[in-house]
Amino acid sequence: MSDSDVTASQMGLCVCHGCGGLSELLPGIHEMRCRRCGAALHLRKPNSIARTWAYLIAAYIMYVPANVLPIMHTGSMFGAQSDTIMSGVAYLWHSGSWHLALVVFIASVLVPLVKMLCLTLLLISVQRGWTERALERTKLYRILEFIGPWSMLDVYVVTILVALVQLKSLATIQPGPAAAAFGAVVVLTMFAAMAFDPRLLWEPKEAHHV
Amino acid sequence: MLTACHECDLLQREPILPPGGVACCRRCNAVLYRDIPDSIDRGLAYALGAAILFIVANIFPIVGLEVQGTLNATSLYGAVEKIWDNDMKGVAALVFATTILIPAVEISLMLYVLLPLKFGRLPGELASILRIVQSVRPWSMTQVFILGVLVALVKLAHLAHVVPGVALWAFGGLIVLLTAAGSTFNMHEMWNLVTEKNERF
Repeated sequence: MSDSDVTASQMGLCVCHGCGGLSELLPGIHEMRCRRCGAALHLRKPNSIARTWAYLIAAYIMYVPANVLPIMHTGSMFGAQSDTIMSGVAYLWHSGSWHLALVVFIASVLVPLVKMLCLTLLLISVQRGWTERALERTKLYRILEFIGPWSMLDVYVVTILVALVQLKSLATIQPGPAAAAFGAVVVLTMFAAMAFDPRLLWEPKEAHHV
Repeated sequence: MLTACHECDLLQREPILPPGGVACCRRCNAVLYRDIPDSIDRGLAYALGAAILFIVANIFPIVGLEVQGTLNATSLYGAVEKIWDNDMKGVAALVFATTILIPAVEISLMLYVLLPLKFGRLPGELASILRIVQSVRPWSMTQVFILGVLVALVKLAHLAHVVPGVALWAFGGLIVLLTAAGSTFNMHEMWNLVTEKNERF
C-alpha cells in the first residue's frame, strides 16, 4: 500500500451498499441511514465472515445429495431408470454430444465446487489476516460472482424434460430429489458470495470492522 | 468530488469522463462508473424491445415433442406448473422466480424509470426503485435457462422429433436485449439524479 492510499473507513467515511454514495459516519449513533437512498449504513457488510461461512457450509452439505441422489426418473416401456448428474453427463458423452457433456459437467459439477472452494480460501485468507495478493483475491471474488447463476443449468434441463416427456405409455420423466438440492446449492452459494465483503481482503486483521 | 471503491474502499477523486469512458479504481481496477452516451434513449429502446419479446416468449410454446403424430409442446409457465404438480414446489418457485418474475420486474422497473426521464420528468420513488433493480439483478437467469433448454433438446433429439417453438427464438432475442438494456442503464447517473433532487428540497 503506498502512502497516498487512504481508505474511506480510515477517514470515518462509509460507502453506502445501496447507492455507492459516501456518508460520514458519526460516532455514537446507531442505525445511520444513507441520506441519498435510505439504506442502513455499515462500514462493512455486517457479520460478513460468519454469514458467509454459514451459507457456505450449508451449500457444502447440499452439494452431497445434489450429486449422489437422482436428478430425474425416466419411466418407459423398456423399464425405469434413475439418473444422477454424473450419469447424465456420461450419457451425453457416450451419445456423441461430448461438447454438451462438457458444458453440463462444468456448469453443474465443477462450477459449484470451485466456487465453494474459492470462497473457503477467501474466508480463510481474511481470517488469517493476509494482506498480500489482495488484487488477485479480489479478481477471484469477481469471477465467483460472475459464474454463480450458471450452475442452475441442470435445474432448467430437468424442468423442460419433465414438461415435455409426458407421453403416457411411451415414456415419462419425473424430477428427482437432487433437483431441489441443486437449486439449494446455487441459491446458497449466491447468498454466500453476496454476504462476503471484498473490502476485507485489503485490510490487515486489526482493522476489520466486522 | 470524492468517491470510494465499493470493492476495496480506496478513497479517490471522481474523474470527469469523456463520452463512453469508464472510471476504474486506482488500486483494484473495479469499475466505479461509466459514461454511457444516449443511455436513456438507447436503454428505452432496448427495454421496450425486451418487454415485447418477454411477452412473446411467455405466451408461446418453447419446444414441442412430436411422437407418433401427436405434438406435446410446453410454454415456460406450463413447465413450471408441471414441476409444481410433481411435488417439487421449491424447484418450481425457483424456476418461476429466476426466469419469469425477476426478468419481468427488471424490465418493468427499467421502463418505469426510463419513460418519464425520456420526457424530462423524474419518476417517483426513484431511490427505492433503483435499489430494487440492483438487488434483483443477480437473480435474473434467462441466459442460463436458454442454455438449459438447448441441453434438454439435444437429450431428446434421440428420443423423438423435436419442434422448436416461437418462444425459443423470442428468448434468444430477449437475452440479447435484456443484457443490452442492463448495460445501458446508467446506475451512477440515476443516483446523481436522486442527489440533485434531494438537494433541491
